[in-house]
Amino acid sequence: MGEPAIELRHVTKRFLTPSGTAYTALRDLDLAVHEGEFVAVVGPTGCGKSTTLALISGLEPPSEGEVLVGGAPVRTVGRDVGYVFQVDAVFPWKSVLDNVATGPRFRGIDRREAEERARDWIKRVGLAGFERYYPHQLSGGMRKRAALAQTLINEPRYLLMDEPFSALDVQTRTLMENELLQLWSTTRASVVFVTHDLEEAIALADRVVVITAGPGTVKGTYRVDLPRPRNVAEIRFQPEFSRIYKEIWDDLRDEVLVSYERSKRSVS
Amino acid sequence: MSALSAASRNEPARSQETSATAARKRARTNRRLLVNGLRIGIAVIVLAVWEVGTTIDETHKDGLWIDPFFYGRPSGIKDQLWTWIQNGTAQGPLWLQVATTLEEAFLGLVIGVVLGVVFGVALGRIRLLSDVFAPYIKALNAMPRVVLGSIFIITIGYNIWSKVALAVVLVFFVVFFNAFQGVREVDRVLIANARILGASERQLSTQVIFPSALSWILASLHTSFGFALVGAVVGEYLGSYHGLGLVIYTAQSSFNPNGVFGAMFILAVVALTAEFGLTWLENRFIRWRPNTITTDVRI
Repeated sequence: MGEPAIELRHVTKRFLTPSGTAYTALRDLDLAVHEGEFVAVVGPTGCGKSTTLALISGLEPPSEGEVLVGGAPVRTVGRDVGYVFQVDAVFPWKSVLDNVATGPRFRGIDRREAEERARDWIKRVGLAGFERYYPHQLSGGMRKRAALAQTLINEPRYLLMDEPFSALDVQTRTLMENELLQLWSTTRASVVFVTHDLEEAIALADRVVVITAGPGTVKGTYRVDLPRPRNVAEIRFQPEFSRIYKEIWDDLRDEVLVSYERSKRSVS
Repeated sequence: MSALSAASRNEPARSQETSATAARKRARTNRRLLVNGLRIGIAVIVLAVWEVGTTIDETHKDGLWIDPFFYGRPSGIKDQLWTWIQNGTAQGPLWLQVATTLEEAFLGLVIGVVLGVVFGVALGRIRLLSDVFAPYIKALNAMPRVVLGSIFIITIGYNIWSKVALAVVLVFFVVFFNAFQGVREVDRVLIANARILGASERQLSTQVIFPSALSWILASLHTSFGFALVGAVVGEYLGSYHGLGLVIYTAQSSFNPNGVFGAMFILAVVALTAEFGLTWLENRFIRWRPNTITTDVRI
């Protein structure tokens, strides 16, 4: 398989809490993503899934261990990285066109060319005709499409996605998942897709990584040998799908329970 | 999306819709008439009570409700304004007084806003600066800054710049705190997104942080213009050659309440006009915001 595209070696990440104590989000995490591979990371809430993405993107440095992207250690925010956030991250004061053109503009491409490329990407995510709209005039699904176009226009080789579709209704979500797979098949970027939804993880990914309840570390890795191209809406009915689902769920269930017990205790 | 579905509806439905629209329009017009009618009504009643109260039984020594010697009288205020317009004030023509005060207020506003935004954004962005300057800014803000007016009169003199300086000091803090807070409250995710998309530090400031803080800054402008006027007028009280503050001071010294009210009326008109201008400016700049925030009634 050669050199992994993204690699985390014995990574630990601690944060300083407002009360002055250290909170360990990740402990001794090892993860490797190969070139062009789609890896889904699942785990209970608060297990440090998003932190993993922050480390790979260079937004946060690890407390211990090493993060390598494209074989080189991550020092700052990389040029080849794309990041789709869980919440709306499109700029509310920019129109759809300006939002999508933001990446190329930041990277020094002149306005005419940036807008031309933006129009192309807006078409590809199915937002043609909405170029002049502001985000608050769009539905949640449409804003997500805009965010997707905004990220993909930079043609990232490493695509990080943090529960991007969790705020969408089920129908829109399935639709977006299919479109994501279709867009990805043309770019073949290496993807790390964080989610708490196991079905989504299996439907999309080549490999599913289960993270333990915080502090997060890898509990298990599962290969998903379902043929591509996939139709997310129908793949769930395949026997192989339910077999993998059961296998992973046996692992994940304990972690979810641990995290649930903990949240109950912190509330009471 | 709703426009699309409305367009695809058939004809009978559309005619129903137009009559519903007409009804809504009528209801809106009626409501506007009611609100404006009541507004005018209040002004008429207050002015009438004032006028009648100062006029009734003027021959009787203690029969007055309101003594026009102290409280003036609407018709007297009108006469005073008319005299000023025709013959000018004791300090020269009326337009010169208004123009002087406006010039001071606007210069104070512009300089104060620019300084406030620059310092607010800088301290909001650079942690060390804000930590170092925090106690000084708090101390200066806690002080009643109007007393600085006397210092400015002594150091700068009776010209307009001592009033501009006072207006700047008053405006600065309002804008500064809003800009500072605006920068601090910028959505972390937006900053992270911009950095991923390739923004340099400068692009981050100009294209993410400043536009995001702009709604805070523009909101502060409404209060700021009021403060700029206060600075100009108080500065003129303290010592000046021209200006509405001096007109008020002169009227006060000669026990002329109609003069004080007249100048107050002019100031109110000026402030309201500026307020309309600022709202217009705000709506132009923040077009991206959902309408619910920008079009609500301001009082």
